[in-house]
Parts: sequence; structure tokens; C-alpha cells
Amino acid sequence: MNRKNEIWVFGDYRNYFQNRVTLQLIGRAVELAKEIKATVCAVVMGHDLDEWIGEYMAHGARRVYVVEDPSLKEYDAETYAHLTARLAAAHSPEILLVGATSFGREFAPRVAKRLNTGLTADCVGLAINSDGLLVQTAPSFGGNLLADIVTPQQRPQMATVRPGIFKEIPHNYEAKGEVIRIPLPKDIPARRIRLIKSVRQTQKPQKIEDAAIVICSGRGIGTQKKFNSLYELAELTDAEVGATRPLVYAGWADHEDLVGQAGKNIRPKILFSFGVSGAIQHTAAISGAEFIIAVNKNPQAPMMKMADVAICADAGQVCAALIRELKKRIR
Amino acid sequence: MELVVCIKQVPMVSELPWDPATGTLKRELAEGMMNPACRHALEAALQLKARQGGRITAVTMGPPMAEEVLRQALALGADEGLLLSDPAMAGADTFITSRILAKAVKQCRPDFDLILCGCYTSDSETAQVGPQLAEELDLPSAAFVEEIDMKKNRLIVSRFSDGFIETLEMKLPGLVTVSTQCYTPRYFSLAGIEAAFPDGAPIRTVRAGDLGLDPESIGVHASPTRILKVYAAGADKENIVLRGAPKQIVDHLLNRFGDRIGGAMGKDIKKNRN
Repeated sequence: MNRKNEIWVFGDYRNYFQNRVTLQLIGRAVELAKEIKATVCAVVMGHDLDEWIGEYMAHGARRVYVVEDPSLKEYDAETYAHLTARLAAAHSPEILLVGATSFGREFAPRVAKRLNTGLTADCVGLAINSDGLLVQTAPSFGGNLLADIVTPQQRPQMATVRPGIFKEIPHNYEAKGEVIRIPLPKDIPARRIRLIKSVRQTQKPQKIEDAAIVICSGRGIGTQKKFNSLYELAELTDAEVGATRPLVYAGWADHEDLVGQAGKNIRPKILFSFGVSGAIQHTAAISGAEFIIAVNKNPQAPMMKMADVAICADAGQVCAALIRELKKRIR
Repeated sequence: MELVVCIKQVPMVSELPWDPATGTLKRELAEGMMNPACRHALEAALQLKARQGGRITAVTMGPPMAEEVLRQALALGADEGLLLSDPAMAGADTFITSRILAKAVKQCRPDFDLILCGCYTSDSETAQVGPQLAEELDLPSAAFVEEIDMKKNRLIVSRFSDGFIETLEMKLPGLVTVSTQCYTPRYFSLAGIEAAFPDGAPIRTVRAGDLGLDPESIGVHASPTRILKVYAAGADKENIVLRGAPKQIVDHLLNRFGDRIGGAMGKDIKKNRN
């Protein structure tokens, strides 16, 4: 096989958060590249890209493919997919990674289709197995199950990856790399979607079912005052607050906030669980949570057993300490 | 307007019995339901039809029992159902599923104006079939839309996308995937339920051969992806236990998992060096 053996990371940069996931993927690609002796490359398209080209190299990319043109200024999934598929067809990368952002999740399926290859969505893990294949770990059933998926024959092996899973490499502005500029092809299809308006979102009204972070409380929080302090923590972390049945009965929380069999099922990326013992009616509804931080005085509580981090302490005190510390640390 | 809504039958996960020994789901005991996001897509189609007139064709691919979700769609106001069902289609990934759906739409509704899909399914959650179907049919698409309207002969959609509220204008024919934030699904009406269950309910079953699809080109063998294994999430959880003074615990938590927590928030949490 005549392959250059490259791992490509799609340069998604439209906002701060998208840029971070790009850097996280470059970070992971650097580790994967060691195992298959590959070169980590970024591919970026748009207008005025120098800042991003420099940033990708500083964070680990050794080669950056660039398609720069004023007409590419606005993100467009179809156009970007067209260009990326052409580039990939010409350079045959082994692996192509895309951040699972709103854009990435529309763009990557189109690229995969054009390249006749497989794509695993929203991965939470990437590794190289003994056959040299990319093992893509993806959640299914609301995170209840994980599946390890490979693309044995087709290339590139493609995955979208959730933000926050991998760590970016600290920047090194001394790092050198190669920039390959590709002129915009003349025969690029006309856009069929016109962007009429794009407004930066201020506060998105979110529902607890869709929240990335949920703070759940049970009777173990102690007092209504302490329970109310969870809303301050929620404000700091853009979280939604949920409650178990006893708190809803006590009138501290609305029925709308009930997380449990008779209420809402949630699947946040992070679940903070304060003073929840973990009755089955509740744990069934939170089994989709990706990462659970539980606080309870009783280490034997079922909720503590199913947590990623089980904090054996007073829920109210930990909440207060968390609020103090986050105020100092959030940038 | 000629509207096509793609719907999927998924297992009712919240009702699934768990195997306490292995922590896995007993999937074979699952009862089927219409995928929640597909219900939102159908609702969006019903509202468009109410304003613009036209016809709604509900399409599903799955085992024979998936006919249930088509009947549900008819009861809610869809006009026709198309059941793509063939043992050869079993195990298809999104790549193959979108190929089959495209073929069926081309053959059975070639004059469609708009295809609506749910933004993702609750069982596999890939969110890929919509964009890949658009690619197969060479259509413009907008994923995760919140509002859909027509202005002259163009579709106007709005959506939340990576921190932006976008308003887009799309040429038709096109495809949208509908988010679960808007278009709260309606309940069945009694008349609707009666309409869905006459002897001659307008549901057509289509097999791979009817679509001219070679069984070798579809189904699990043709899919580019392979599932190596499926396992219960959390089986590999570390269950780290932290004790001590609240301040120490919080320092430890944020130093070790601050990136992860910050990632979920979309903000940076500084590390404390001491």
C-alpha cells in the first residue's frame, strides 16, 4: 500500500470551545501516531487562517493542509465536506478525526459518505489495537452501553470525538511544521444553503434532560438552605438542578425537577450528586450520566458505589467549598 | 408539499430490565417505541403540512414489528407508511441505512420537497443517518433545526449551532434533522387512531429486491464498520474515594478532573499548583 501514513485532525475553530476540541484531538493523535508511526496533520479551511495554522503546530501538528479563500469564510458543512473529501482522496490519510461539535456532527457523516468509509459518532475513547486498527469507543443507549468499533478495510478510519475527553498538549511556539496550501478548486459546487443571520447565543434555555452538567440532590443535603445553595453552584457551572422524590414531596423542588422513574431521565456529561442514597427509581434514570461525582456521608450508599468519584463528606460543606474554589478558578 | 419523515423504532430503554449480575440490559425483552426525536420530526412535518398543504409519507426501516411506528405515524396524521423490511437489511450501519433509505425515497417518492429526520436515535445516537441520506440524494441539509418555515419556495430554518443561533435559507428539495427542543409531539386523536387501523391501512412493505438492491450491497457485511464488542459502561469505573476536609477534597477533585468538568461547561478551570 502506498500511503503516507498520516493522521488528520479537522481544524474546527469557529468558537473557543470548538478550537479546544481540535487541540485535544491533535493531542490524542500525537499519542496514536507513535504506535502506527504516522505524521499528525491538521486540515483547516476558511479565511484568515494564520492564527489557527500556528496554533495547530504549536500543539503538535507536524503538517497543516490549508484551503484559504474569502468565499470559505462562513462555515458550510456541504462545501467543507466536499473539500475535505477531495483532500483526503488525494492524500489517503489512515485516520481522520473530527470534534463532535454541532458542525462536526453534520460535516463528518457527509465526508465519510463521500469517501465510502465508516464513521463512529461521538467517541469517548480512541486506541490502536494489535492489528494497527483504530478502536473507536462510542456510547449507546444513553451511555448505558459502550461499543468498540473498527473500520477494518476502508480508509480513512473516521471518528467524531466528544469535547473534553482528551488532553491538549501544552503549546510550544518553537514547534516547526510544514504548511501545504491548496488553492480553492474552480469546480466547487455552488452553496445551496444561505446563511441569513448568525447571532452569538447568550443564554440558551436548557432542559435538564439535555444539560451537560446536572446537580442532583437528595435528602442527605440536610436543609432547604443548603439545597438552595446548589443553585449558586449551578449558575457557576451552567448546570441544571434536579432532585429526588423526598425533596419534591417536601416542596423544596418542583415536580418538573424530579429525576427518577416517575420524572426525568438524564444523561449529562457530569453529574454532581449531593446527599443521594441511590434508590433504584433514581439510579435507573441517571444511568446515562458519563461521569458521576457523588457526595455522601455514607460510603456504602448505592449512589457512592456507582460513582466515578465518591466523596465521603458532608454534602452541604462540599458544595460550599466547591462554590468558593470554582469562583477562583473559572476563566 | 411532498414531505417524507424518516422514523425509527427503538427499544424503550427506561423500561428495560437490567441484569444485576452483569449490569447489562436484557435487550430481547425490550418493547419498541417511536424514537423520541423522530416524533419531533413528525410533529414538524404535521405543522408544515397544516400550513402548506400536501402529503406526509412516513418511512421506517426495521423488522416487521416496526410497522407499529408507522401506524403510530398514521394515527398522528401521516398519510402513508413505507416499511423497508428485509432480513438482508439487518445489522446495517448508518452508511448502509442511508443508502437503503435513499433508494426507497428515490423510487417511492421521487417528487419529494423535504425529508425530515429526528436529530438522533436514542439507541445508537449517531446522528449520522440524516446527513448521510442528504449526501446519498445530493441534497442540502441542516441538522438539529429548531424552527422550520417556508418563504416563497425556500425553506427557512433556525438552529443552535456551536454557540450561534443561525437562520438559514435552503433550496428545496432538501433535508433537515429536527432537534428535540422544539415541536413538542402531539397526542393521538381518536379519529387518528381509527384511521390508522382500517384493514387497508396505507402501509406498503418494501423488500431489498423491490428496490433493486443486491443483498450483498446492504446489511451487516457491506457496512464499513465492525463492532468488536459491546459492554456495560461503568464496568471499568475506578470509583475513586475521596475523604478529608472539604477544601482538600475540592482541590483534589478540580486538579484531577477540572479539565473534564470544564470541558462539559465549555470553560477553563485553572489548576492549583499547591
